Amino acid sequence: MAKPELMDYDKAIELFEPVLGFEVHVELNTRSKMFSDAPNPAHPDFHVAEANTQITPVDLGLPGSLPVVNEEAIKYSISLGLALGCSIAPSSRFARKNYFYPDLAKNYQISQFDEPIAFDGNVEVELADGRTFQIPIERAHMEEDAGKLTHVGGATGRIQGAEYSLVDYNRAGVPLVEIVTNIIYGAEGDAPELAKAYVSAIRDIVVSLGISEARMERGNLRCDANISLSPRGSGKLGTRTETKNVNSLRSVERAIRYEIQRQAAILAGGGTIIQETRHWHEDTGRTSAGRPKSDADDYRYFPEPDLLPVEPSTQLIEELRAALPEPPAVRHRRLKESWGFTDLEFQDVVNSGLLVEVEATVTAGASAQQARKWWTGEIARLANAAGEDAATLVSPQQVANLVALIDDGTLTDRLARQVLEGVIAGEGTPAEVVESRGLAVVSDDTALIAAIDDALASQPDVLAKIRDGKVQAAGAVIGAVMKAMRGQADAARVRELVLERANA
Amino acid sequence: MTFTRMTASELGEKLAAKEISSVEVTKAHLDRIEAVDGDIHAFLHVSASALSTAADVDSRRLAGEAMGPLAGVPIAIKDVLCTHDMPSTAGSRMLEGWTPPYDATVVRKLREAHLVPLGKTNMDEFAMGSSTEHSAFGPTHNPWDLERIPGGSGGGSAAAVAAFEAPLALGSDTGGSIRQPAAVTGSVGVKPTYGGVSRYGAIALASSLDQVGPVTRTVLDAALLHDVIGGHDPRDSTSLRDEWPVFADAARAGRDGRSLKGTRIGVVKELNGEGFQAGVRSRFAEALDIMSAAGAEIVEVSAPNFEYAIAAYYLILPAEASSNLAKFDSVRFGLRVNPAGGGTVEDVMAATREAGFGDEVKRRIILGTYALSAGYYDAYYGSAQKVRTLIQRDFDAAFEKVDVLVSPSAPTTAFKLGEKLDDPLAMYLNDITTIPANLAGVPGMGLPMGLAPEDGLPTGMQIMAPARADARLYSVGGALEALLEDSWGHTMISQAPALEPTEMFAARGGEV
Repeated sequence: MAKPELMDYDKAIELFEPVLGFEVHVELNTRSKMFSDAPNPAHPDFHVAEANTQITPVDLGLPGSLPVVNEEAIKYSISLGLALGCSIAPSSRFARKNYFYPDLAKNYQISQFDEPIAFDGNVEVELADGRTFQIPIERAHMEEDAGKLTHVGGATGRIQGAEYSLVDYNRAGVPLVEIVTNIIYGAEGDAPELAKAYVSAIRDIVVSLGISEARMERGNLRCDANISLSPRGSGKLGTRTETKNVNSLRSVERAIRYEIQRQAAILAGGGTIIQETRHWHEDTGRTSAGRPKSDADDYRYFPEPDLLPVEPSTQLIEELRAALPEPPAVRHRRLKESWGFTDLEFQDVVNSGLLVEVEATVTAGASAQQARKWWTGEIARLANAAGEDAATLVSPQQVANLVALIDDGTLTDRLARQVLEGVIAGEGTPAEVVESRGLAVVSDDTALIAAIDDALASQPDVLAKIRDGKVQAAGAVIGAVMKAMRGQADAARVRELVLERANA
Repeated sequence: MTFTRMTASELGEKLAAKEISSVEVTKAHLDRIEAVDGDIHAFLHVSASALSTAADVDSRRLAGEAMGPLAGVPIAIKDVLCTHDMPSTAGSRMLEGWTPPYDATVVRKLREAHLVPLGKTNMDEFAMGSSTEHSAFGPTHNPWDLERIPGGSGGGSAAAVAAFEAPLALGSDTGGSIRQPAAVTGSVGVKPTYGGVSRYGAIALASSLDQVGPVTRTVLDAALLHDVIGGHDPRDSTSLRDEWPVFADAARAGRDGRSLKGTRIGVVKELNGEGFQAGVRSRFAEALDIMSAAGAEIVEVSAPNFEYAIAAYYLILPAEASSNLAKFDSVRFGLRVNPAGGGTVEDVMAATREAGFGDEVKRRIILGTYALSAGYYDAYYGSAQKVRTLIQRDFDAAFEKVDVLVSPSAPTTAFKLGEKLDDPLAMYLNDITTIPANLAGVPGMGLPMGLAPEDGLPTGMQIMAPARADARLYSVGGALEALLEDSWGHTMISQAPALEPTEMFAARGGEV
C-alpha cells in the first residue's frame, strides 16, 4: 500500500474540527477471573504461564459449564465507576454479545449492554501547560476478555498470509471494565495531547485504586481511539475511524495526530473516510485499515440468562465511596505545590511512573528535589540498563537514607552512586555499604594534610607557582590528593587545605 | 420379585438391611438392558464400570460406612448431563465420543450418595423434540408399543424406567421433556422449581427454562432422588439458596394418608378440552372424581395467557439456544469437519455445523438468530418475555385460589414413530400442557393417570405447585398415586408388556 498522503497538522486543524471518543479497556487484577476460579493472568502473581494452563471448563466454554460472577471484580468496577464520577446502577445486568471468532470460547462475550454498572461520569485531565479539560464519561461496564490468537507462518504475524493460527485461552475470562466517553468536542489542536492526557488520567486512577497493573505494554490498559473530522462551519460530524493496538501513552498521541492528518488529506482531496477499525503500527508510526465497521453490526445482544442482575447494596457502594483514594488530579496538584516543583520537574516524575516512590522517599525524610533527582536519574538509569522496574531495585527508605548520608557530608554524589550500586547488589543498607566498602568521605584533616604535604613535596615546581599566586596550579595537587584518597575526599576541602599548606 | 421390578425405595431398604447386594441389583439391570434395549434403544452408552462401582458401594456398606437411602441403587443418566467417565453427546453428532473432563453437579451428587450409574440415555438432539426421534443416534421405542414414540426429549430415560432397565433416571425439562415422556410411558417425572436443582454440567438448551429432575416409576422414588440432587450449587448462579424440606417425607405422608381433605385443586380450563384425546379426558375426569372423593375441593381456574405460551416459548427457547449452541464450532472440542480443499476457520466452523447439527437444531438456531436480530428483538424476544410475565401472573392469581393446579400431562397418548416428524408445529403443540410451568419457573410433576380406553396406552396427570412448593407435588402426588392404584387394584406400570429378549441386540456384543 502506498503511503497515504498526510496534510500538514496545523493546516488540518485550520480546516477541520477533530471530534474524539475513547473506549479504554482496563484489565482488573483480581486473583481469579471474571466468571471462573481460574488464576487471572492480569494479576502479577499469574502473569507468566504456559499457554492454556490458566483455564477451567468455564473459560473454554465447555458444554454444561456456567459462569459465576467474581464479587471482587464487581467491587473493583464500582470503585472505578465512583472514581470516574459515575452513578452506580442499583441494578445492572450482564448481556451476551454474540459473534463467532475462534478466540471467543463460547462464541459470545458476556458483557453489559443497556444496563451498565456505572454511567454518567466525568474525568478532569490536565494538559502540560496546566489547562484542564473535562472528559464526559458515558458509561463503564464489566465484561470478559477473549483469548489470544497467534498467527504463524506469515511474514507479518497478521492473519492474512498465515499458515495456521494458535489460540491461547489463558486471557479468556480476564475481568475487564470498558470505559466509554461521550463524544468529545472542542479539543481542537490539542486533540493528540488531550488523548494522551486522558489515557494517562485513567491509568493514574486505576493505579491509585490498586485495581489494575495498568501496564499498557502488557495490554492491562488498552485504548481504542475514535476520531472524525468535522469541516469547519459545516456543523456536520464526519465519518469516524476506530484506531486500535495503541500500546503506550506516546502512541496514543501519535496515532491521533496521524489520523487527523490522514483524514484531512483524504477529505481535502475530495475523498471519503471509510468507517473502519484501523491498526496502529508503533514502528512505522502509521495506521492501516482493519475490519470495516458499521453501526449495523448485529451482535444480537440479549440478557445473559445464566447470571442474575448485579444489585449492590447502598451500604456497599457507600463503603467503597468512603474508601476511595484522593483523586490523582487533586493529589498531583497538592504534591507539586508542596514540593515546589516546576511543571517540567513534576511531569518528569509522573511520566517516569515513580510518583509513589518519590512521595514515599520524601515522607522518609529526603528533600523533594533530592528524591526526584535520584529516582528519575541514577535509579531509573540502572533500572533501564537491567531491564527492571525502578521500584523493585531499591526501597524509598533506602533512597532516603542515602540522601541523608549525602546531606551530612558522609558521601559525595559520586560516592553515593557507588553505595547505591552496593545496595542494589544486596550488600545491605546504605550505611552498611559505606562501612563494608569503606566509601565514606575522609573528613579527618590530619590524613588529608599528610597527603597534601606529600604531594607538595613531590611537586616543588607546583608549590612555587602557588606561592607566586598562581592558584590554578593547585589543581594538579588536588588531583594527586584525590587519587591518593581513592576519591573519598571532599574536593572543596582539599582545595582549601592545599592553599593553606602551600602558603604556610 | 425380581430386582428389576422393585422400586428404588424397596431396593434401598433391602440394600440397607444387607438382604441384597448392589452387585446383584446392578447385574440384574445390566442383564435386562442387554435383553431388551436392542428393541427399546433407551441407552446410548452403558457404563463399563457399573459393577465395580456397585462392588465398591457394597464393600463400603460392609465396612460400616453411613449411607443414604438410595446407596447401591442403579440409575440411568440422560445424555445431556456431563459425566467424566462416559461420553456425553446430548444426542448429537456434534459431540459423538466426547467425554467431558468433569461431572455435572447432579452427577457428582449421585456419586456422593453412592448411586450406581448404569449408562447414558437417548434423547432428542440437544433436547429439542417431543419424541426422541431427533436423536442423531436413532429413536427410542416406547416399551408399551414399540411402534410408538416414548416422548421427548427425555424418551431414553422414561423408556429405561418403564422397561425396567433402571429403577431411576435423571432427565431434564425445558418445556416438558421429563413430564411428557412420563405421561406416554406410564412413569413419574418431576420438573423442580427453576433453581431448585443445579444446571452446572447440564448441556444447555435454554438456560432460563432448563431444569434437571427425577424420572422414576413411583412418586416416592422421585422424591428420594430429588432429595439427592437438589440444593444450592455455587457453580450455578441461578440456583436457589433455599433450605428444602425432605421430599420423601412429603411423598410418604401423601401415600400413607390417602387423603386430600382440605386440598384446593385447580383445574386449568385452558389445558383440557378441545384437542385433547377422549381417553385422556375421561381418565382425567375419573382422577378428579377420585380426588374429590378423597376430600379435595376441585375448582376450575382460568389462565387466559396460557394460550400464548407456545408462541412465547418458541421464541425464547430458540433465541437462547441459538446463543448456547454457538460454542459448537470445532475449535475446542467435538466434531470437526474440514471442507474439501481446505479453507478459513470460518469455513471449518460452517462445514462442521452443517454436518454436525440435525434439521430440528438448525431450524431452531435459525429461528432464534432471527428473533434476536436488530429490528426484530422487541417484536419477538421482547414480546415473548412480556407474555412470560403475564403467564407468571396467571399462575400467581391461580395460586391465590388453589394449592395446586392440575391438567393432563400431555394431550394425547403416545403417537406413532414418524407420525409428526414432518410437521414440526404438530410436534410443538404436544407440549401445550407442560410449557407454562417452565415459562413461570414453577414445579410440575407427571404421574400415571390410567390407560386410555381406546388404545390401551398410558395417560398422565400433571400437578403444578407454586415456586418453591415442590413438597406439595409429592404430598398430593403421593396421595393421588395411592388412591388411583387402590381403585385399579394394581400399579399401572405392571400392565406394561413384558418385552421379550431381542436377538438382534445379543449379536451386537454389548455395544449399544
